[in-house]
Amino acid sequence: MEAATARLRRRPRGRDGYGRSERRLAATMLAPSLIVIAAVAAYPIGYAFWLSLTEYSLRTPGLWRFAGFDNYSEALSSPEFWDALTTTFVFSGISVGLELVIGLGMALCMHEAFKGRAILRTVVLVPWAVLTVTTAITWRTIFEPGLGLAPVLLDKLGLPGADIVWLGEEPYALGVMILADVWKTAPFMALLILAGLQVIPDELYDAAKVDGASAWQRFRRITLPLLRPAILVALIFRTLDALRIFDLPFVLTQGANGTTTLSLIAQQELTTNRLIGLGSALSVLTFLIVMAVAFIYIRALGGNIRALAEET
Amino acid sequence: MATPALERTGRTAETRREPHASEARGPERRWVKPVLLWLAVVLIIVFCLFPFYWLINVSLKTGPDLSQADLLPPEPTLDNYQSIFENADFTKALRNSVGITFITTALALVFGSFAAYALARLRFPRKFLLLAVILSITTFPPIAIAAPLFKLWTELGLYNTWAGLIIPNLTFALPLCIYILASFFREIPKELEEAALVDGATHFQAFRKVVLPLAAPGLVTAGLLTAFFVWNEFLLAITLTSSPSARTVPAAIAFFTGSQKFEVPIGTISAASVVITIPLVALVIIFQKRIVAGLTAGAVKG
Repeated sequence: MEAATARLRRRPRGRDGYGRSERRLAATMLAPSLIVIAAVAAYPIGYAFWLSLTEYSLRTPGLWRFAGFDNYSEALSSPEFWDALTTTFVFSGISVGLELVIGLGMALCMHEAFKGRAILRTVVLVPWAVLTVTTAITWRTIFEPGLGLAPVLLDKLGLPGADIVWLGEEPYALGVMILADVWKTAPFMALLILAGLQVIPDELYDAAKVDGASAWQRFRRITLPLLRPAILVALIFRTLDALRIFDLPFVLTQGANGTTTLSLIAQQELTTNRLIGLGSALSVLTFLIVMAVAFIYIRALGGNIRALAEET
Repeated sequence: MATPALERTGRTAETRREPHASEARGPERRWVKPVLLWLAVVLIIVFCLFPFYWLINVSLKTGPDLSQADLLPPEPTLDNYQSIFENADFTKALRNSVGITFITTALALVFGSFAAYALARLRFPRKFLLLAVILSITTFPPIAIAAPLFKLWTELGLYNTWAGLIIPNLTFALPLCIYILASFFREIPKELEEAALVDGATHFQAFRKVVLPLAAPGLVTAGLLTAFFVWNEFLLAITLTSSPSARTVPAAIAFFTGSQKFEVPIGTISAASVVITIPLVALVIIFQKRIVAGLTAGAVKG
């Protein structure tokens, strides 16, 4: 009924179904946001690409010449770039994987724990609210030799690892970085998955129980498939964040001992070494890698965005 | 719509009462599940809270106590807090952070609610494309625009200023803000607006007088998440500032740690980290529901 009257009322406004005044208002209302986004995201990306094609260093005043793809070949032939790429992907893969498993477990507990859910939800938001810089400092105070809790605790419990310099040795520093990231963001994953759990109708479980399905079967056949969209969204957010990680390694280790990520190596070339051309090339490569992963994911999620646009 | 929802919650309560996992195995194992669940809940709480507790613990220690891994400070002291507030760089950074966060959030809400209303309610061509472009900004690695912004800001005199940080923060905060607000706007019954339109109001008046007041919870949610994001921002804060005059707290803390040996100021750094985190934890406790609603906005739709 309402839809019909609305259509009737709107039809005379424009030939193509949209009122002209409505379209003009839409343009006006979108303009401020689009201008800011275009000015500070789109334009600088283009500029970064241009800078990456030049030989330009703040160390040598007046040096600015077109260099073609020299910066890219330099970046792609340096072992540091490939190390950073490997570190970034190892970090993202392991931490997002762990976050998914732990987040799913936490979500299932929160869903079951009926009375404590509100308290649990608040508790779980605490790590999410802790700044990344603070997270890094927190885990430094836990693993730093000489004041850290971890070496003492491991020693007292008689577990191996008490004499490891956690932040100072090659695979372990990355391990601490993964642990810190999992601590901070598994709760976020849990909340997204919990929201997905809460929209699964209980009737499905009742019916499955009547048919004699075990708890594991119900989880495999009902919960997991119906959680797919929520999990997918959580995975996208987290993977893209993890691939861009910068503040955690910067504060935790300054990129030492195998923790230099793509964003970190690019930032170091830019600000420490002041090689704007090479740094820009590394930034653009980081951008392209993240975009490629985003593209793969968004193809899977495209329906969600379309639904938001078309539901109106 | 209302009836099935009621029916469902009624059913839920009914099914919850029976302990479903144990029923097949007889009543003698009925306690197993609650105990396991209880253990899991305790584990989650410890996992989430303990590391932050440890940081607070460290921040209350000084001198040789720091190197002892005591779970409680033997002689708790606020010395670290006192010294952090006597540090001009830190208090300046705190002011910068508060100012930059407030201004960015306010601008994001104004710009974002306009754009969100247009996307949620007005009809115009190529809406999907536009939304996809806006959302794609959330995937941008900030490092990709660091060098050009550094150069541009130096030329425009925005380097090392509040505005120099507010503008890029706004860009990165807007997509999220728009997305959350649009999902809130869509939940406001269209009939209310249509009644206003029939009464002769323009679309913009309907937006300002009808939609915006009703979407107040959405504005709170979007505002909180934007503020959290800006407060947390780090890469641009260290790349686009060169002195304490515009440096935000995360950047200032990184500079405490970066330049010198870690063992010297660890207590102070911990205190500073606690100080900048406490307001966020307080907000989380107060606005738990709003924040969860914002984080999960749109995430559950299939």
